[in-house]
Parts: sequence; structure tokens; C-alpha cells
Amino acid sequence: MKHRLFWPVATLVALILINTIARSQFASITVRDGRLYGALIDILRQSAPLMLVSLGMTIVIATRGIDLSVGAVMAVSGAVGLTIIDGSADPGDPGVVMLAVVVALLVSLLLGAWNGFLVSLLGIQPIIATLVLMLAGRGVALLITEGFITTVNSTPFEFISTGYLLLPFAFFIWVAAVAVVAWMERRTALGVLTEAVGINPEASRLAGVRSRGIIWSAYAASGVLAGIAGIIYASNIKAADANAAGQFIELYAILAVVLGGTSLMGGKFSLAGTVVGVLIIQTLESTILFLGVPSAESPVFFAVVVVVVVVIQSPRLHRFARAVAHSARSRVTAKSTSDAEAAG
Amino acid sequence: MTSLDTATTTTRERAGYFETFMSRRASLLPTLAAVVILILLFIGAEIFVRGDFITPRNISALLLDNAYLLILAVGMTFVIVTGGIDLSVGSVMAFTGIWLAQLLEAGTPLAIAIPAILLAGALVGLLIGTLVQFFDVQPFIASLAGLFLARGLAFVVSLSSIKVEATEVLWLQSTRIRIGDWYITPTGILALLVVFVGAWVMQFTRFGRTTYAIGGNQQAALMGLKVARTTVAVYVISGVCGGLAGLVLTAYSGAGYPRNGVGTELDAIAAVVIGGTVLAGGRGYVLGSMVGVFVYGTIKTIISFMGAEQSWTQIIIGALLLVFIVVQRAIVARSDRRSRS
Amino acid sequence: MTLPADTATAPIVEMRGITISFPGVLALDSVDFFLRPGEVHSLMGENGAGKSTLIKALTGVYAIDSGSIDVTGTSQVFRGTSDAEAAGISTVYQEINLCTNLSVGENVMLGHEPRKGGRIDWKSVHRMAAEHLEGLGISIDTRSLLSNHSIAIQQLVAISRAMVLDAKVLVLDEPTSSLDRGEVEQLFTVMRDLRARGAAIIFVSHFLDQVYEIADRITVLRNGKLVGEYVVRDLPRDDLVSKMIGRQLDDLEAISSTATRAIDRTAAPVLKATGVGRRGVLEPADLDVFDGEIVGIAGLLGSGRTELVRLLYGADRSDSGDIEVAGAPARMTSPRHAIDRRIAFSSEDRREEGIVADLTVAENIVLGIQARKGFRKIRRDTQASVVSEYIAALDVRPADPDMVAGNLSGGNQQKVLIARWLATAPELLILDEPTRGIDVGTKADLQRKVAELSEQGLSVIFISSELEEVLRLAQRIVVMRDRKSIGELDSQRFDLDGLIDFIANEGKGSAA
Repeated sequence: MKHRLFWPVATLVALILINTIARSQFASITVRDGRLYGALIDILRQSAPLMLVSLGMTIVIATRGIDLSVGAVMAVSGAVGLTIIDGSADPGDPGVVMLAVVVALLVSLLLGAWNGFLVSLLGIQPIIATLVLMLAGRGVALLITEGFITTVNSTPFEFISTGYLLLPFAFFIWVAAVAVVAWMERRTALGVLTEAVGINPEASRLAGVRSRGIIWSAYAASGVLAGIAGIIYASNIKAADANAAGQFIELYAILAVVLGGTSLMGGKFSLAGTVVGVLIIQTLESTILFLGVPSAESPVFFAVVVVVVVVIQSPRLHRFARAVAHSARSRVTAKSTSDAEAAG
Repeated sequence: MTSLDTATTTTRERAGYFETFMSRRASLLPTLAAVVILILLFIGAEIFVRGDFITPRNISALLLDNAYLLILAVGMTFVIVTGGIDLSVGSVMAFTGIWLAQLLEAGTPLAIAIPAILLAGALVGLLIGTLVQFFDVQPFIASLAGLFLARGLAFVVSLSSIKVEATEVLWLQSTRIRIGDWYITPTGILALLVVFVGAWVMQFTRFGRTTYAIGGNQQAALMGLKVARTTVAVYVISGVCGGLAGLVLTAYSGAGYPRNGVGTELDAIAAVVIGGTVLAGGRGYVLGSMVGVFVYGTIKTIISFMGAEQSWTQIIIGALLLVFIVVQRAIVARSDRRSRS
Repeated sequence: MTLPADTATAPIVEMRGITISFPGVLALDSVDFFLRPGEVHSLMGENGAGKSTLIKALTGVYAIDSGSIDVTGTSQVFRGTSDAEAAGISTVYQEINLCTNLSVGENVMLGHEPRKGGRIDWKSVHRMAAEHLEGLGISIDTRSLLSNHSIAIQQLVAISRAMVLDAKVLVLDEPTSSLDRGEVEQLFTVMRDLRARGAAIIFVSHFLDQVYEIADRITVLRNGKLVGEYVVRDLPRDDLVSKMIGRQLDDLEAISSTATRAIDRTAAPVLKATGVGRRGVLEPADLDVFDGEIVGIAGLLGSGRTELVRLLYGADRSDSGDIEVAGAPARMTSPRHAIDRRIAFSSEDRREEGIVADLTVAENIVLGIQARKGFRKIRRDTQASVVSEYIAALDVRPADPDMVAGNLSGGNQQKVLIARWLATAPELLILDEPTRGIDVGTKADLQRKVAELSEQGLSVIFISSELEEVLRLAQRIVVMRDRKSIGELDSQRFDLDGLIDFIANEGKGSAA
């Protein structure tokens, strides 16, 4: 009950159990031609784009911000990458693919840095700042693909999302991303300083923390991660679809972060929680599909999940619960304890 | 009893009309800027197309092609003035649009179908408003839930488009009331009606003034104002506008389509901001949002005239939005600093 | 000055035996308060005395545990601010609670706009607002936006609004904090006028001079208890200050008085500030600190002590003055500048500006040195040893480095905050009210530690409302009142009474 990850993990386990009971094949993993197959493996593979985007979103939210542009960045990244591959002499050349990926990621990094600039230097509200890119970004992506859905035939490129090294390659990508981000946040001081900035920006400022740099790099990281997600998405459909790429993904990413226990108010964050949150969403999606519900209708379920989660997290509910538990006359103001300190 | 004139304000009054205007109506400036931009766009297009742009036909089309956005922008203005945001309107528009089509297909009389979809929109708004006011949920997240709900429900109604054969509905769009070369359809009249009612409410009712108060003062409740019911009400209004927009769009395209309105809420937000409403709340005009919608529509028209990609519309709107936001921030920061002196 | 209201006049507000407690703290202990029509009544007391709690009980923000509140003879139970407003009690808050995005006239009439035929009659709105404002002697363009006017005018608009709401009792909460002399005069003229018309005004302020200028009666609180109600002209300033501060039962261990230590003032001072000030916040002031010296800043709450040190640290930007660190000129426009010069600042608001509540004790202690080091994490073993060293040295309880800092008591949080700064090995440590809200034993610990450190060469600027502390620790004391420095004294030549007298009376000639 105490551990922060308890509820998310319990939810995930419950979901998996329900699925295993409902369809016996769910938990089974078969080996074929040196590869592992199964519904669980599919979930690991399909969750890659959302996982990457949610990682970035976690860091941004920890600084008390938000990044609405991740879907658009995904679209731009896919468009850039695909255009390079498509325009080259030999689309099947791994060198070309590598170049395309690197350029796409650089562009994504720039877009992320742009967001960071607006928020940390110009002091614009994160919702608004990233809204601009959310609007303009898809337009830019469409321009790059000249309005078409560019397709390519490139084995190395396809490998990114559909290839296997015993386990799906995409899975390794996100595991690597999680590892890198976790290393950066927890092995260096970045994580603690980010949390300090999110929890108490003023105290952090007075303590000498470089808030600006921290906020800037959070958005830049979010951009790069969205860029990788965009490449994976494009690789999966072998095309750059500027409209469909990452559509609504920012909403699911925010949901994953919240499910994982990180508060939207910023501060302490949990990368592990986000990972579990993404897996919950992916499993839920899989469950909905299995139930025969068309995937287009699945947002209704997620609406219910969002409502339940935010109501549970709502301070009013906590206050109500506490008042009921203590059955004391509740104070009209919520600042009573801090005033008590001040009065003391 | 001495009459105490404050030096600053009397100087202002003596300093002339401009000063008085600035001190009274500074918040009109962004809207005026939008009007200027609109005029510049018209002039620029006129020059580019060599005199074929500002025609009664094109201007009339401007209203009718964007009637749905006009209605959404009115609802969005109410919400944003209170300092909130509503991301669900595009999805509500799609949901109510397709549900209307389905109801009509099943033979439901219009007198029942239309109130039904408006009620549906109102209920989504009620959900959002309740989450925001009574559960302290950020408007962004609450309206996100609304977006998910409405979008999913749209597909629950139908996975593909449903054509509308009902003549009463199609009449809304196909009838042209002509005045010379100008024309307007019932949908256009409806849109303008919504705009003027919205503007009137915001200017002449206590409810409307309370929305401004909420946006300008976090502690408006301490002033004795009915904050709770006003906050919930603006989201309900936005939801009803979503329903009206669904009606208009369905009449316009002759069908309901569950994939309609993806991203339309962003267009509405952009139009409202360009029209002079500050995203932080407290300042803005419904008529300004109308100008913002016309700016949006004009840009779209110009781009199609130029034969360029439609995607340029989004980029330009995005850039315009950015400029407006930065300028807004500067203006708000300056007026805050002044009041603190 | 008009005669104070006759004691025979029935009070309009009667608060009896008001008791309010919060978890762990008895904020008000059976306090009485009486307010009569046609008087200006000042509520005085230091931080933690309970005056803001009492006001919040009267304005409906807090529910009372026991006691009674009567307004015009009718017993009242306030369940919220609208109840209090309905009973005729109107408050003008320190942060003006109006809508700066709306016009003056609209603010005055908001929620009560006259209507004609279902729509708001704007002409009447502005006419009525102008009438009310004229009634207070103010003549401004009611159609202009509120944000165009100074805080002083906004306040008068707020008062005007209260009059529209037909208030019988007007509570003014620190109304003069941001006003200059002329604006204060204007406010007082309005207040006198309202008083003559029979209004009852509660004037909450810690500006002594102003209280003596405008108030008829004073109620003094200390440590949650009522000290007494007095007629202003019968209460000399010294008495007032001493009632507010009181003599604390001093059962602290005798700390070898550092005040007597000799300080070498021939070398360049560690910090030298000349004419440092900020418009509307602090009049230009001078301060210097020498090596190994403890400089105390004494004065009542609101006298500008915190404002001064914040300017020295770069937490706020100064408009005027120069700062030199170790003889070299320094720009102090952000905390980083100060930190780079080895200056440390422990804020008085340890909750909002000090402790990062959700981080652990260890993370909080290490925050200062970590922030300076950048992204390279401080080695785990170094961290652990620094943390345990300071937990032991300052006796943080519980001695658990992994405890979430927000769960510690105030005193221990303060220790963690000081530990953070000491870990950065500063040359100058600024301590703002480090012992506020801390139990006696911990107070002694902290004072002893500060004395030790200064003996080892650390320079300290020490702010405290407890004058015995300041006298005991500091070699020199800078005295402040009403946002300016009124003098500097050698602590050896003063005792508590003398210091109180200095604070109350020195440089009083300018005010009324």
C-alpha cells in the first residue's frame, strides 16, 4: 500500500490476469525461428512509440510543464526520415537509413529546444508554448512530404519496428531509452534537481539551482524521444503519414504518466511508474480489441479511466476522506496547517 | 471634505482622447490588431489575385464555410475568458453531427433530434465543468476526458459516415437568401445569431461579467460572486456550441462523419487568441473571436486561391498564434507591473 | 485627532473567549475582542501572536473551536466568507482582491450592477460608482481599467466597494504596506471620514507610527493570548512594544555571550552595502559585516529586515546602492551571484522558500552543494558523510537522512536548512528568523551553533524578532523601523529595555 508503484503494478497484473482467464492464449509465448511470439510480446512491441513519448512527457511534467507537441514532432521526424530515404539512390542501404534517422533526430532535438526556449527563456505557459508547435508542426510535416503519404521500401528501415533479435527490436529501443533516461536522471544529479525545481521553484532558485537549463533540456529530451517514436511509427507503416502519425499520442502519454503516479503538478516523478502506465494502456487497448470493440471506440474507455484517476487523485476527495475519517469540523481553508506553522 | 484628485488620472484625462482610450480600453488592442491583420490580408489578396478577391461571393462564402468554427469559437471564448480551456469541442462536434445523422436516418423528427444533440453536448460540458469546479481538475485534463469520451462515442454511433437525406436539415445549408450578389444561408444566420447573443451576454449580463471576474481574479469567490455555477456553466455553453456546430457541419457537408473535427478545437483556440482573448483569462471579446475566425478563414481561402498546400494554413496560423501570444504576454506583464507600482 | 468612541457605546462586534487550535498549535486561547462603531481599532502582535487568526475568525475564513461572535447584538456563526459579508463585515485584503482586468466602476459595482430591462445599465453603473467614490473624496475616471491605477487608489476602490455592500465593519489588512507617505495620508483621510460617519474600522498594521497616528484603540495579542485592550493616547510606545514582545521566561542555558568578542574592523569587510534600496520596498540602507562578526538586525515585523537581506543576497533586485564583497564590487542580481561569492541565505519562510518538502533530509542538505556542482552527482560516500556530519552537528531529529523533509517538525526543518548552507562552506551566512516557531531547547542548540561558527571565523547576519537573542549573539545591531534603517548600535552598550526604547522611539521626530 505504501510503495508508490503498488497500485500501478497491481492494476497491470490484474489486467493481465483477466486477459489470461478470458483468452487462454493470452499469456502464452511461443518460439519460432529464433523469435518469441505471443500477445504479451506484441504489447511490448506496440508500446514503443507511446513509451518513448511518455518518457519525455514524464520529465517535462516533473518541471511543472507539459508538452503537447509530441505528436507533431513525431510526424515531422517521420517525414524528414522518409524523405531522405526516399530521395536517396538506394533506399535499402543501411548507411542511408542511419543518416536519415540521425537527421530526423537532430530536427526533433531542435524542435524540442525551441519549446524549451519559449518556456524557460520567454516564460510562456507550457500549454500555450507547445500548442504552437502542435498546430504548426503537422503543417510542416505535410510540407515536407508535399501532402502525400510517402512510402518506401527499405528493409533496414522496416527492421526498426518489425525486426526481431529474439525479441522485437522496437522493444530493445525503448528499453535502451528507459535505461539512458534513467541513468541520466538518477545517476547524475539531474533527477533530483529536476524534482526540486518542480516541487518548489522558489526554494530551488534561492538554493542556486539552474532552473532554466533544467527546464530547457527537459523539453529538448522530450523532442528527441518523440523523434525516435516518429521513426518507429513511420517504419511500422513504411510511410510518412503527417496527419495520422502520433495522433492523440500526447493525451495517452499524459494519461500514462498520471497512471504511473507522477503528479501533473510537477516534482517527484517515477520513470518506472510511467513504464507501467504505458503497459497498462497498451494492455487495455489490447483487451478492448479482443472484446471486439472497434479500436476507434476505445477512447470512451480511456475517458472513464481518466475520470476515475483524476477523481481519485483529487485533493477534494482526500480532504473529504480525511474529514470523514477524523469526523472533525473541517476548516474552510485548506491552508490551515501552514497557517498553524506560521501561527506557531 | 476635500476632493482628492489623483495626479495620474487627471493628467490622463487632460492628455486627450488617446490616453483615455488606452486607460479604458487597452484590452481592445489585440482585437484591433486582428482587424488590421484581416484588412491587410484582404488588401494583400486583392492585389495578388488582381482584383478578384473581395467579391460578394467570396465574402459570403467566407461566413458559410466557417460557420461551424464561428459557433465553436463563441463557446471557446466563454471558457477561455474564465481562464480555462476546452479541448473537447472538435470531438463533440463530430459526435453530435453523426448522432444527428443517425437519428434522422432512423426517422426521428427534427424537433426531437436537435434538442437531443444539444443536450448531449451540454452533458459533456457538464462533466468537464464538474471535474474542473468540484474536483479541482485542471481544465486541460478535464476537457481531455471530454475529448476521449465524445470521440469514442462518435465511433460508437457509427464507424463510417452517414448521409443525411432529411430535407429540413439540408435546407439549412442549401437555401440561399440573396441580397444582390451577397447571399447567406440559415446556417450563416444561426452562426451570426450565436455570435451576437454571446457578445450580448458577455457585455450585458451579470453572468457574463462574472466570467471576466473569474478570469481576472483567482479569489473572485471572496468578492461574493457565484464562481461555481458560472464555471460549470461556461463548459456547458461550450458543449452546446459543440452541438450547434455539429448541426451546422452536418448540414454543410450533407453527412455525419465520425472523423470530423480532429484538431478543430485547436483552430478554435487559435481563432479566439488571434481575436484578442488572452489565454490566461480575464480579457477578450466574442466579436474579437469572430474576427479571429475570419482571419483563419481568409488565410485558408488565400492559400487555396494560390494553389498552395493546405498545410501552409496550419503553419501560418501556428506562427500567428505565437506572435499574438508573445505580444499578449508582454502586454499583460506590463499592466501587472504598472498596477504593482 | 478625534476623540475615541465613548466606552459607554455598545460594541458592534463582540468576540468572547475565542479559541482556535490547529494540529499541535493553540493559535488563539480564549481571546476577547470588542469593536465599537465610530472608531479605528488596531490589532497588534508579532508573528505567531494570533492576530491574523483572529481576523480570519471574524471574516469567516476559519471556524472557531469555542467562544462566541456577536455582530450588532446578534449571535453569529460564520461558515464561510459570504456569511461574514452578509453580517456586514467587509475586508480589504493586502493583495487587493479586485479584478484588475475590469474597469474601476465595474469593480465597485461587481455583482450588484443596476439593471434595466434585463440588461446591465452601464451608465448607471458608472454613475453610482462615481458617486460612491466621490463620497470617499476620490475623483477618477470610473471607466478606466483598475490596473491603470496605483495600489493606493485600488485600495480606495476596494473600500468603496465595501461601502456599496453596506458594510458596518471594515477590516483593513496591512493596507499601507505598499503605500508612500502621500498615499498613506490619503487613506487616513478617508478612514477618518468613514469613522466620523460611524463606521467601525479594524486597522491591522505593524507600522507603529501609523497606528499612533490613526488608531483610537489597540488590542495586543501575544502567543495566542490577549494581553489587553488600550486607548492609544494612554499607552506610551515603549509600553506597547514591550507588551508585544514581552519578556520571555529565559530558561535558556547561559551561552557565553559572543557580543563581547572583539572584532577586527580594520580589514576590508566581508560585505559592504551602501545605499541599497528598492522603491516601494526599502529605503536605501547601509550595512557592513566584518570577518567573524555577527551583525544582528532588529526591529518589528514589517520593518524591512527581510527585504534588506534579500536585496543583499540577490533574491530581489535593488534599484539603488552598491555592494562590495571582500573589497571588490559585486553585482547581486541573482542568488547565483551571491552563492558564487560564498554568501548563503536561509529564508524566514522555511516552508515556501527553504525546504523542498517532498525530497528527503539528505537530498535537502546536499541541494546547495549539488546545485553548485552541476550535474555531476556528488559521490555517494561523500554525500553520506556530509549528511551524517551535519545531522549530528545540528542534532536533527529524527536522525534519519531518508526521511521526507516535509514531515519534520519546524525546528528540525530549520536545522536541515542551515545544514544545507553550512555544507557550502560560506564566508557569510544570512539567517532570517532561524529560531521562529521553535521550541526552547532547539533554540538554544541553534544559538550555540551560530556562536561556535562565528568563533571559527564565519560572518553572520542574524535577524530575529526575539531581541534577547540578538543582544546575546550580535556584536553590532542594525535597527529598522517602517522600511528604513534607523540606526546602528553596539550591543554591549544596550540592554533589552534600551533596545526596545530605541526601536520604539529613535528617529520618531518625522512622524505625527
